[in-house]
Amino acid sequence: MSLTLREVRTELNARAQPARSPIGAVRRSFAPWADPSAVPLIRLENLTKRFGATIAVNDLTLDIFEREFFCLLGPSGCGKSTLMRLLAGFEQPTAGRVILAGADLAGVPPYRRPVNMMFQSYALFPHMNVVKNIAYGLKQEALPRAEIESRVQEMLELAQLEPLATRRPDQLSGGQRQRVALARSLAKRPKVLLLDEPLAALDKKLREETQFELMDIQQRLGTTFLMVTHDQDEAMTVADRIAVMDGGRLVQVATPGEIYEQPKTRFIAEFVGDINILEGRVMGGEGGLWRIETPMAEAPLAIRDSDKALDTGQAVAVAVRPEKITVCRAKPAGASNVIEGEVWDIGYLGDWTVYRVRLDGGAILRASVANASRFVERPIDWEERVYLAFAPEAAIILTR
Amino acid sequence: MGGALRARAGRLVVIGLPYLWLAIFFLLPFAIVLKLSMSDPVTAQPPYAPVLDWRGGPGHWRNFLLSLDFENFETLWGDDLYWSAAVSSVRIALVSTLLLLLVGYPIAHGMARAAPSVRPILVAMVILPFWTSFLIRVYAWIGILKPEGLLNQVLLWLGLISEPLSILNTQTAVYIGIVYAYLPFMILPLYSALERQDPTLLEAAQDLGARPSKAFWTITVPLSMPGVIAGALLCFIPIVGEFVIPDLLGGSDTLMIGRTLWSEFFSNRDWPLASAVAIAMLLIIVIPIVVYREIEAQRWEPRQ
Repeated sequence: MSLTLREVRTELNARAQPARSPIGAVRRSFAPWADPSAVPLIRLENLTKRFGATIAVNDLTLDIFEREFFCLLGPSGCGKSTLMRLLAGFEQPTAGRVILAGADLAGVPPYRRPVNMMFQSYALFPHMNVVKNIAYGLKQEALPRAEIESRVQEMLELAQLEPLATRRPDQLSGGQRQRVALARSLAKRPKVLLLDEPLAALDKKLREETQFELMDIQQRLGTTFLMVTHDQDEAMTVADRIAVMDGGRLVQVATPGEIYEQPKTRFIAEFVGDINILEGRVMGGEGGLWRIETPMAEAPLAIRDSDKALDTGQAVAVAVRPEKITVCRAKPAGASNVIEGEVWDIGYLGDWTVYRVRLDGGAILRASVANASRFVERPIDWEERVYLAFAPEAAIILTR
Repeated sequence: MGGALRARAGRLVVIGLPYLWLAIFFLLPFAIVLKLSMSDPVTAQPPYAPVLDWRGGPGHWRNFLLSLDFENFETLWGDDLYWSAAVSSVRIALVSTLLLLLVGYPIAHGMARAAPSVRPILVAMVILPFWTSFLIRVYAWIGILKPEGLLNQVLLWLGLISEPLSILNTQTAVYIGIVYAYLPFMILPLYSALERQDPTLLEAAQDLGARPSKAFWTITVPLSMPGVIAGALLCFIPIVGEFVIPDLLGGSDTLMIGRTLWSEFFSNRDWPLASAVAIAMLLIIVIPIVVYREIEAQRWEPRQ
């Protein structure tokens, strides 16, 4: 159903040459943001938050739809956590509005908001056992005891915590605590679940497993998830849409595929995944196929990017992902973009091999090749002369 | 080989020194007091019998041991004065500890919530009174509480009262003095327990629908219990045996076991009975602490 980043990449490679369909449609066909008549569940209007002289969130407008798994992605200090705290009610906006299900949340204290938060530190109550932690929010609603018990049971099952029900947090492992925190924040059936770096404290393998568990739980419950993360792989894996933030502003809001394949700016291209940037100048072009002159290649590059309107002579950057570059010993005949260089470094990652190739001008380009077979007759070696080639469709032109 | 031996000797010294210290400065005096409490008073120097002479030989040692008895404890048990002194001491200590908790908790809570840069200054302000002699501070309270003292002057000047209140030499003055003197001992453990608390726990509680007051009672207070208990014990134990404050600020009606002990020792020169009072006081205080620690140890034992 859902694909990991790696699967997305493999699929992209498979269809790299002939297909021209937009990559954003790799995921399931759920796209309320593309429907102009859809009413968003959360609407942030010109939201601004200042702390003294620093602006954490700067005039930000964003719609998030029901049942969406939405990710806020950005480097630390970009304002993503502040945005989440504004939604939870721990901070009040300096200007702008937060609208949830049609109601303005201005002045509504955190304990009256129909949103719940899963904290990065989990913030489990150390003096209560698992059951009491999960029941805490339900007790605040003064629900009947039987109702509380059945909902706690439901959550214990959902998070597979039944054998641990009477343990205290200090008797649980990191992964178990993470599940208690999730169960506690979901017990009240919030309209929106806010997740603040929920997997940051887990080790890599557990984190990947938990990403799928989160997606599974989100689909089963149909709750809107808003997750903050600085880990782009995580965002790509779980999210329906990703908002990339920088300096308190949204740089791009799009599906993981669009973010990866059609980054709007250099910041996004470089923040999400690996990318090679070739500075150049537009020589001309027609029908979306542009000729770009760059000091890094002898012949002008041919890049297909029909979305852009470019002027001749304009300074641009050609961005191409390492996995979209092929590495060959012999100069490939008839290929459009070929750059010659010398293998400078080889990084063997198991599934991929990354070649760092030094061009004659001194610049270094990265190319990664999937290790589809266990044996290679004559592997490319260090200091070998190689040709890097990529298709006109493999690269994108960035103007910002 | 030699290294291992040296390491063992070193470990022995490190572990042994505190025990040696306790043996010399706690166990030995305690044994002397225990022995005194089982002796008889005499009009002599020293004012008790028997006196142990180490050079007396086995016969003397045997006679010495045989002449020890629990007569003084029987006297204590049979005399209402000691009973009411003990009960009154415990009552005053309990009420004072409760008052200290009521006054100290908000102060400690406020300190723990202050900006981190201000906190060391606040802690210093709590400790500052220790730089003045305890006795002088208690004497100062006499100046404040006496009929023509500062408090009455202020109240008269404000027109709140028309006659000076007689506070000095009453139970009230004793409570004021005790709460004032022991407040730092209550605030500091509370502060250290509250300051350690993770503020995101309160955010989590509010996020789950608890109003700030509810979050305080269900999260902050239970998590500060170790501090509450440490502060309460730190105050309760010395208040039970408190002598200076009831003697200087209290009246003749303030019956406390520390005062009884003092008068037995100095006025009646009955060292054995005074020692018996001291031992009885120790039991009153130690037994509840041991019981409490047992309960706590069981409560916190990890369940699997």
